[in-house]
Parts: sequence; structure tokens; C-alpha cells
Amino acid sequence: MTYGFMTVYWRDMIRFFRFKTLLISSLLQPALWLAFFGIAMSSNFDRLMAGVPVPEGAYAVGYLTFMGAGIIAMTTLFTSLFSGIVILFDKNWGLMREILASPVNRNHIIVGIAMSGVTKSFIQAIIIMVFGILIGAAFFAGFTPVQVAFGVLGVLAFVAMFALGFLFLSAAIAISMESPEGLQGVMTLLTMPIFFASNALYPIDTFPEALRIISAYNPMTMLINGIRYFAIGPDFYALGKHYEFTQADILLSFLGLIIFSAIMFALAWWRFRRAVVT
Amino acid sequence: MEGPGPGNDGAIIRVENLEHSYGNFKAVDGISFTVKKGEIFSFLGPNGAGKSTAINILITLLSLQKGKATIAGYDVTTESQNVRESIGIVFQDITLDRDMTVWELLEFHGRLYDMPVKERRERIEELLKLVELEAKRDELSKRLSGGMKRRLEIARGLMTRPKVLFLDEPTIGLDPQTRMRMWEYIKGVNREGTTIFLTTHYMDEADQLSDRISIIDHGKIIIAGTPEELKNTLGRDLIYLDTDNNENATKLLEQMPSVREITTKGNRIVLMVHEDGTKVLPGIIDTLRKAGIGISTINLKKPSMDDVFVFYTGRELRDEGQAPARPMFLRAGK
Repeated sequence: MTYGFMTVYWRDMIRFFRFKTLLISSLLQPALWLAFFGIAMSSNFDRLMAGVPVPEGAYAVGYLTFMGAGIIAMTTLFTSLFSGIVILFDKNWGLMREILASPVNRNHIIVGIAMSGVTKSFIQAIIIMVFGILIGAAFFAGFTPVQVAFGVLGVLAFVAMFALGFLFLSAAIAISMESPEGLQGVMTLLTMPIFFASNALYPIDTFPEALRIISAYNPMTMLINGIRYFAIGPDFYALGKHYEFTQADILLSFLGLIIFSAIMFALAWWRFRRAVVT
Repeated sequence: MEGPGPGNDGAIIRVENLEHSYGNFKAVDGISFTVKKGEIFSFLGPNGAGKSTAINILITLLSLQKGKATIAGYDVTTESQNVRESIGIVFQDITLDRDMTVWELLEFHGRLYDMPVKERRERIEELLKLVELEAKRDELSKRLSGGMKRRLEIARGLMTRPKVLFLDEPTIGLDPQTRMRMWEYIKGVNREGTTIFLTTHYMDEADQLSDRISIIDHGKIIIAGTPEELKNTLGRDLIYLDTDNNENATKLLEQMPSVREITTKGNRIVLMVHEDGTKVLPGIIDTLRKAGIGISTINLKKPSMDDVFVFYTGRELRDEGQAPARPMFLRAGK
């Protein structure tokens, strides 16, 4: 069984494109975040920040650009975490028994689901970037075509690594749980702190000490650092704060995501090996 | 792939002293049996008897706790990969993705088992024809009727040309007509050479389909044999009686030497007799007349699987949702 994961991937993508309403709403939702929350907040923040001086020659970006990176991360988080639901449905009413009783290695199931999850996140990330630019976010502003290509690849690499971690986590939880309601509860519980204890919508420097430390080690923050680095640049001002990333910072963030994903893979692998579905 | 194949005695499934517990509850309690190549073998027993647990061990979904089991010569524990490649499975519950089409579900299965493209496409066409779902090829599985879903699952189970096809309660929840059609499909598949291992709690199903039956209850095989053998073990006729005073009639008939056992089923008396029932009937009628008991109906029949089951387990097959069966026997002879 060399290509078992491709079979799982093929089937997952059939389902992704089959549910047209789900497909469209999953693509529309982040766009709506940008369009409403983004434009509303940026008109306020940008007015407030108008009085805050930015040093001569520094590059300042509006709030929409700043939080656009956060929206890409948020969408990736939601999509990845909730993609485990298909496993639960398969387990209770679907193909899981067929798959588990087949000669396909169980790791291939995890890998196949991970690949389809990453594909979905890529599609969403690209749509948000395009839509963001259309409504005025300064993604890749002033980049040469080569820099744009490099920037997009960088963003996608970060998105992929982050998505993998949460896909594995989601798969591990789903295979261990009995009811979709329970899973929904756990996922909702997880998304809240992960999303808000990050630098998605605001800088974390002014957080209380404990929260600031949690936020700094939050994979979400690492992802957003990567996205901002590749989509905005290594040195910019936003919300009156100077953002400066060295290559080492970014490598460290990426490394953090790799470690996070590896741990989550181990967790999923362990849960799947023990999974008994009869 | 060519496996070691069946042993010298033609056994394709061999199970020895299989045991399986969930906590303190022994679901399978030391069963042994063999299934011969090419036959339809069935486990007949009530829900909760341990049939599904046994089948799940054989198809490698549950790990074997105690005992030994081989399929097509492969050990289910140490050679589970080979076992998986040798078998087809139709699960007890419908195991289809509601949002995939008939063709996609078969294609998915062929891919899972690493069948080459050309072979799996040809096989899909063959099987769609076999189970008469050609017209439904592009239909989502959620739009199929219960019988069609089952046929699709049987087709799927046959995709890889398995040596053994496992059918766990294949006709559960189907209407009588559809069930009979399913039996035809199952017989057809068997005629083509596939060994079939079936579990069921329907007496008629076991009786109609099986070459050999094992009656299983409380995790143990109670008796095994061909349907004929099982029925012949009762070795006598059954007489069903309906009188205007069943209580007195029972007391009277108990004393007749030719009556072996007497039971009541609903509001009818069931007599199990030693000899040819037609010779016993006049005596019974005489006895009841003399006592002034009126007979409204009288019926003589050969024992059915139903009777066999009741005889050996001491109760009727309980159905889902029903209370445990009440004790049915008034053992006259003991």
C-alpha cells in the first residue's frame, strides 16, 4: 500500500467540492470577517492612530492589513480543527470501518486527511489574500513579482505547518470521541483561547505578563508572525507599534510550528493505533 | 495473491477456543469451528449472543484475546495484512458515505485495496451488473433504498474477489420481499465460488441459505450441523393445538406416553411427540373429547429452525428492544 493516503485524499476532496453551500460559506466567511470587522475596526483604529507619529521613513500599514494576517490564521485554525468531524462521522456512520478493515496502513489515513486539510487551507488563504488586496489591504505592497511569489510561498509554508498541527490534534480528538456534539464542544472551547491569546487582532506586548508568555508560545502567534513577515515585510509599523522580524525570528517561529505539528502527529498516531471501531 | 490456501480438510476458516471479554463480560466464551471452502456457513443466535464479536475478531477489527483463528491459512493476529487481503466484508450497519455516488464508493474500495486501474474499472462494471445497480451508478448513496444499499455493500465486499465474504446480519431492517431477493444474490455469489460466513438472528434466513449452521448463545456454540441435521435432532413431529381449556388439556396430554414434551406458545399448546404424529393424533383427539374439552384448531408440522432454537436454548430468539424471553418449557419428561 504505497498510495493509501492518496485514496483518502481523493475521497476527502470529492466531499469538499460536493457540498456547494459548505464550500461557498467556508470561503465567504473569512471574506466577511475582513469586509465587516476589518473595515469597521480599521476605520476606528486608523483614526485613533492618526495622531501617533511614525518615525521618518518608516513603513506604516493600516489595521486592515494588520488584521488580515490574523484572519488568514483564524480561518486556518477553524478549518483544521473542525476537519476532524469527518472522522467522527465516518466512525459512527460512514467509511471508517471499511478503511480500518482494509490493508491500508493507519498512518496513511492520518496523512491523507492532513493533505486534504492543508489543501483546503491553501485555497482559503489564497482567497483571503486576493480579497484583502481587493478591499485595500496592503499585502505584498511594493514587492517585485519574484518577491510576491516568494512571499506567497512563505505564507503557504507557514499555513501548511500550522494546519497540520491542528489537523492532527483534531483527528486525535475525533477518533477518541463518541458524539459530534462533544467534539463540537471541545473544538469551540479550544478555538477561543487560541484565537484571542494571540497577536491576530492586536499586539501582545501590552498584555499582562502571564498572558503575554502564553501568547508568545501560542502556535497561532508563530503563524501570524510568519504571515506578516512574508505578506507585509520584515519591518513595519502597525497600531503605533514597531514590528521588526529578523530571519532568525521567523525561522524560530517556523521551527516552533514544526515541533508543535510533530507532537500532534505523535498524538494522532497513538490514538489511531489504539482505535477500535466495530 | 496466492495464500497458503485451505488445509487438507478443505477448511478455509479455522477457529480454536476463541474467547473475548469486555471487562468482566465474556462475549465469546471458547468457541471452535471450521468453515469449508465454498460453503455458506452461518452463526445463528439472538442479538448479544457474541456473533458480531466473533466476526469482528475474524475480520481483524478486534484484536484476538485468546484462542487461535486462521483464514485462508493466515493467522488473524500475526498475518492480519494477508487476512485483510483475502476477505470481503459487509458490516452489520450500513457503512456507506451518504454523499458519495455508487461508482465512487466502489472506486474508493478498489483504490483502498490497491487494485490496478483497469482491473478495478472492469470489476465495478461486472459487479454493478451482478447486483443490478447499473442505472444507479451516479446516484448518491443516500438516495438508494435500503435493499439497494445492501446490494451495493455486497458488491463492494466482492470488489477484490475475496476468498471469504463475511456478511454480518445482511438483511437486518429489510422488508420480506427485499430479504428474499438478497438471499438470491447471496446464493448467486456463493455459486460463483465465494465462501460465505454469515451471522443472522433470523431462523428462516439461516435455514434457507446455509450449508451448515452453528447456533450460538451466550458466547458459546450450542449445536452445529446442516439445517436438516439440526431439525432431525428433534426427531419427531410437532402438533399445535388450540382448545377451549388449554390448562386442563395440558394436564391431560402430559400423561400420554407418546407425548415427549409439551409447551405453550401464545395461546397454543405445542406437543413434541416420539412417534409419527399422524398416528398420535387420533388418541389426542379422543382423550380431549372424553374430558369434554373442545378443539378449535389442530395442526401437525415438521420441526423448523425456530423449534430447534427454542429446544436447544430454552427460549425464543429475543428481538431488539424486547424484554428477555420468558421461560417457555414445561419439561414433561423430567
